[in-house]
Amino acid sequence: MRTTRAAAVAAVTMSLALAATACGGGSSTDGGGSNDSPKTLTYWASNQGASIEVDKKVLQPELDKFEKETGIEVKLEVVPWSDLLNRILTATTSGQGPDVLNIGNTWSASLQATGALLPWDKAQFDKIGGKDRFVDSALGSTGAEGKDPAAVPLYSMAYALYYNKKAFADAGIAEPPATWDELVADGKKLTGGGKWALGVEGSNPSENIHHAVVFAKQHGADFFTADGKADFTSDKAVAGVKQFVDLMAKDKVVAPGNAEYAQNQSVSDFAKGKTAMLLWQSASANLKSQGMSEDDYGIAPVPVQSGAPGTGTGVNSMVMGINMAVFKNTDNIDGATKFVKFMTSDAEQKILNQAYSSIPPVKGAQADAAFNTPANAVLKDTLAKSAVAAPQVADESQFETAVGTAIKGLFADAAAGRKVTEDSVKAALEKAQQQMPAK
Amino acid sequence: MTTTVPTEAAVRPSSPGTASGPRRRPGRIRRIGLPYLLLLPALLLELLVHLVPMVIGMVMSFKELTQFYIRDWTTAPWNGVDNYKISVDFDAPVGEALLHSFLVTVAFTLLSVALCWCIGTAAALYMQDAFRGRGLLRALFLVPYALPVYTAVITWVFMFQHDNGLVNHVLHDQLGITDKPTFWLIGDNSFFALLTVSVWKGWPFAFLIVMAGLQNIPKELYEAASLDGAGMWQQIRRITLPSLRPVNQVLVLVLFLWTFNDFNTPYVLFGKTAPEAADLISVHIYQASFVTWNFGTGSAMSVLLLLFLLVVTGVYLVITSRGRRTADV
Repeated sequence: MRTTRAAAVAAVTMSLALAATACGGGSSTDGGGSNDSPKTLTYWASNQGASIEVDKKVLQPELDKFEKETGIEVKLEVVPWSDLLNRILTATTSGQGPDVLNIGNTWSASLQATGALLPWDKAQFDKIGGKDRFVDSALGSTGAEGKDPAAVPLYSMAYALYYNKKAFADAGIAEPPATWDELVADGKKLTGGGKWALGVEGSNPSENIHHAVVFAKQHGADFFTADGKADFTSDKAVAGVKQFVDLMAKDKVVAPGNAEYAQNQSVSDFAKGKTAMLLWQSASANLKSQGMSEDDYGIAPVPVQSGAPGTGTGVNSMVMGINMAVFKNTDNIDGATKFVKFMTSDAEQKILNQAYSSIPPVKGAQADAAFNTPANAVLKDTLAKSAVAAPQVADESQFETAVGTAIKGLFADAAAGRKVTEDSVKAALEKAQQQMPAK
Repeated sequence: MTTTVPTEAAVRPSSPGTASGPRRRPGRIRRIGLPYLLLLPALLLELLVHLVPMVIGMVMSFKELTQFYIRDWTTAPWNGVDNYKISVDFDAPVGEALLHSFLVTVAFTLLSVALCWCIGTAAALYMQDAFRGRGLLRALFLVPYALPVYTAVITWVFMFQHDNGLVNHVLHDQLGITDKPTFWLIGDNSFFALLTVSVWKGWPFAFLIVMAGLQNIPKELYEAASLDGAGMWQQIRRITLPSLRPVNQVLVLVLFLWTFNDFNTPYVLFGKTAPEAADLISVHIYQASFVTWNFGTGSAMSVLLLLFLLVVTGVYLVITSRGRRTADV
């Protein structure tokens, strides 16, 4: 009898405990921030270095410095790119997220629309030294126009053409190509004997998008109308996307195998000398970790259709970069603001951007001599003069997936030897457009 | 007292009859209630882990749940059956893609289950008679089933690579069967790559279950059959397969459900966006909800999938049990 009663008591207790945990456990999901736990912060960093371990080594000493200055302990988690957006979405839904986090700057408008991120109005910006400490191009990718930014620029990056000096010398090419025609002509000289001229990441939707936006822009097309409607199938957009895919399909300067690349294999190929050229953002640190010496490659602006890079059809990169955001429901809003101030201070900007071979979006740090090397000069120049911001619309991340996947399919066609025609490109883009949310 | 016994027994047939009225009742309630009380934790867990999320998912399928509302999904506006309309409008792109994905999944599942069953059963039959090294082979056959899915599938990804993959190395470089290296992870061949991995991963389970089922078939049946002059094929057809029937009934259903719902294999093999030829429905729904941030439509598709699987399972169980009952009679 006693054991029966004990069992019954245990069963009821366990049920109650279960019910209690099911209901409890949530923190403030009501939206407003607070200062309930002023001594700790959780920080999700994006993976900027060659590996997550490298990132921890770069960031931890700086976080220790911050703790010494303010007494606030920052718990760091470096989240791989493949998980970051999903993790942010989950955190947004559950209200259980970090206090401070890094976001890809192209996601700014999409994440802004969720309302989960703290808006950076003038008062908030003043706490970290004012909006005018940051360069304009970087501020252009922090949220939809006319709204308070959803994030603060942290690292800026731009695409550049990395070329293998020895391969160029062997093929008798003196200068890196400045136009696509030149690139294709040079590419034919560089291709052969198991080597190829250029590497792409054909199965990586985001990479595809970064190039497609620029190619379309060079043909005078945008993927979104001025009022934010999807417009993927204009003749000019089709021409831009086709020119990109034609590098493999028609010009044959890209190895067909690149159609299935999605894990930065094209960077490895370049580092190993299998390809002579690579279009990449801030690749220096990555190439170094793969054993390629800085003397072995040169950095030039990404080619344009004709003339020199500039605005309008002279655009040759998207404004790439990382923004730092604060979750609105943080329970340490003052600490989070202090942390953003610390990370965007001139001194920290110099240290961090040097470690990641990116460009500081903070004017004071950008002027530093460390960012005047020839390699950085190209990136800085591109960002200042010829980079275009990602479409700052709420549907940006859907656009990346839909059009990026369409281009992945086109590369697959090209790799299989199927014809890539204006019609097939248009059909693929049409399908992508139909997948966009109807408004 | 004794005269009342029959009437009491007639009123409450289950009561023991010797009970002297209300005084014993608390004890009886305790005896009857205890099993339910002990089941309570399991029941609550089941509610918590399975039913509540399922119901929430169903509720979501009637909402317009996009990025604007995910912060507090209860505030998302109701949009009736719009999500379902979009999902099953096969003339529009979303519905068309879902139908395509559904058909691919059906074809893939039928082929995979059939192959898994055939290979598993054949292997189990061959392993039935004792021979040297049988234990080792049996253990070896179970390796794909024992490996963690991610590890196994990532290995396959490496093997299927176009430039450096083992599959192309053997088929193209060494045997010269193909003119040029084949793409396995993109384009139309991805269907066969997926099927290969799925069968490789799935058949050991069929092997294991059939092997267990074979142990229950009495040896005397085979002896009697061979005395009557039945050959091996006849023995398999007339003794083995009918005896395995109840085992196969469950095995095929479980394989079907697992394969139809398999998410890990295509996700690890192809990433977030599968090629059209291998666009299995689980990944398709994942993409419809997580990648495009449209959780309402994604939920509606999930509910449709749930209904389909319920119907298939129900029909399957009715048909197979009826068949068995008539066979038994």
